[in-house]
Amino acid sequence: MQDEPTPIELTKSVADFLRNDITPLISGHQAFKLRVAVNILDLVTRQLTREEGSDAAEVVRLRALLGMDGSVTELNHALAERIANDEVDLATPGLAEHLWATTMDKLAVDQPNYASYKRELGRDS
Amino acid sequence: MIEAELSRSVRRWCKGATGVTGAAKLSGGASQETWRFDITHPDCVIGAILRRSPKGYGAAPTRAAGLAAEAQLMQLAYEAGVPSPRVMHVLLPADGLGTGFIMQRVEGETIARKILRDDEYAAARPHLARQIGGILAGLHRLPKDKLPELRSRSATQEISEFERDYRSLDWPKPVFELALRWLRDNDPGPSAEETLVHGDFRNGNLIIGRDGVRAVLDWELAHLGDPMEDLGWVCVNSWRFGEIDKPVGGFGSREELFAGYEAAGRQVDPARVKFWEVMGTLRWGIMCGGMMQRFREGPDHSMERAMIGRRASETEIDLLRLLAPRGS
Repeated sequence: MQDEPTPIELTKSVADFLRNDITPLISGHQAFKLRVAVNILDLVTRQLTREEGSDAAEVVRLRALLGMDGSVTELNHALAERIANDEVDLATPGLAEHLWATTMDKLAVDQPNYASYKRELGRDS
Repeated sequence: MIEAELSRSVRRWCKGATGVTGAAKLSGGASQETWRFDITHPDCVIGAILRRSPKGYGAAPTRAAGLAAEAQLMQLAYEAGVPSPRVMHVLLPADGLGTGFIMQRVEGETIARKILRDDEYAAARPHLARQIGGILAGLHRLPKDKLPELRSRSATQEISEFERDYRSLDWPKPVFELALRWLRDNDPGPSAEETLVHGDFRNGNLIIGRDGVRAVLDWELAHLGDPMEDLGWVCVNSWRFGEIDKPVGGFGSREELFAGYEAAGRQVDPARVKFWEVMGTLRWGIMCGGMMQRFREGPDHSMERAMIGRRASETEIDLLRLLAPRGS
């Protein structure tokens, strides 16, 4: 077991420092790059916070859908292959729901402000 | 210094020009650069743009038409009244600037978010979707016998090519598989009519002023194919920049786009447009994967490129919204 602060707390502290203390000092193209850097750290923080839970839920859904076991990567390969081979499609019970849930979990990390995501999030609540 | 070479060049072909000032690089990868500069002249200052591949970077990527073809297309468009910058000079070996061309600079805005939000464009915005329809009709009517040599691509070929690109990424994406399946099942077959296709006509590649569209840029993906491809690509959700209920670049409705196209005397096939919108969404998703790969393998190890890799998921949600919509 590693000591604390956790990676989430450490990453967040760097992002906050860059955002609050460095951003006001920088302009032009470097300011743009700094904004990208802060966005990356925010994304990493979101992934560290959510990945364990969302991957576990994804694996549960994939096992039920595919009737097999494996890592989240192996199961995604298997599902991709079954769709490519026409063995599974949108008429398959659970497939659309699974793809929606998985995609929503990705957007929550990658781009929580993406307009399509916010619209669909409104549907969930 | 590029200004010395540009000065020598403009004195050769621009009557009365004394030199250039203010050369600044606007964008550039390893193989292609865009520069802005001003041509000094006793009577006036002429704003200009250089598009070039520096010396030693002659070979264009396989999908690109090449800078010579790009210059020829922009000039043809300009002559036909399609908003386009005037090409002033195609680079010669004697210019010592590599390959490419110099065009007149068109003032206006290309940054999509500014065009969609700033007050300056408020009066133009409601007319843009229809105007774009008219411009695309003009572009698709450019005479085929005057076009440079361009690759020809049918829907079926494009699906195979995207599938190959996607498989080469070795990136298991069930949503992309679903989209590939949908595309194969809904392939409309060869278009009755093959025309010039711009290939990257979208918000972000247009110069907009208070008066509307002033120029169509980035002709490097031009090819021959189904004209409905351009109408589908301009509607891809990623080019709406948040204005998701206005499919045409965040400006307006498909109906307005189609009306502008048909008022200019050309027919729209809405089913084909939808097909190309799905194709375009997948295309952008696979391009994001390509960015991820280039970032990882080194040629461009920038943070920006890394983050574009993380935009693939936006195309997955948009593909689901197109192919498996929830509720209403």
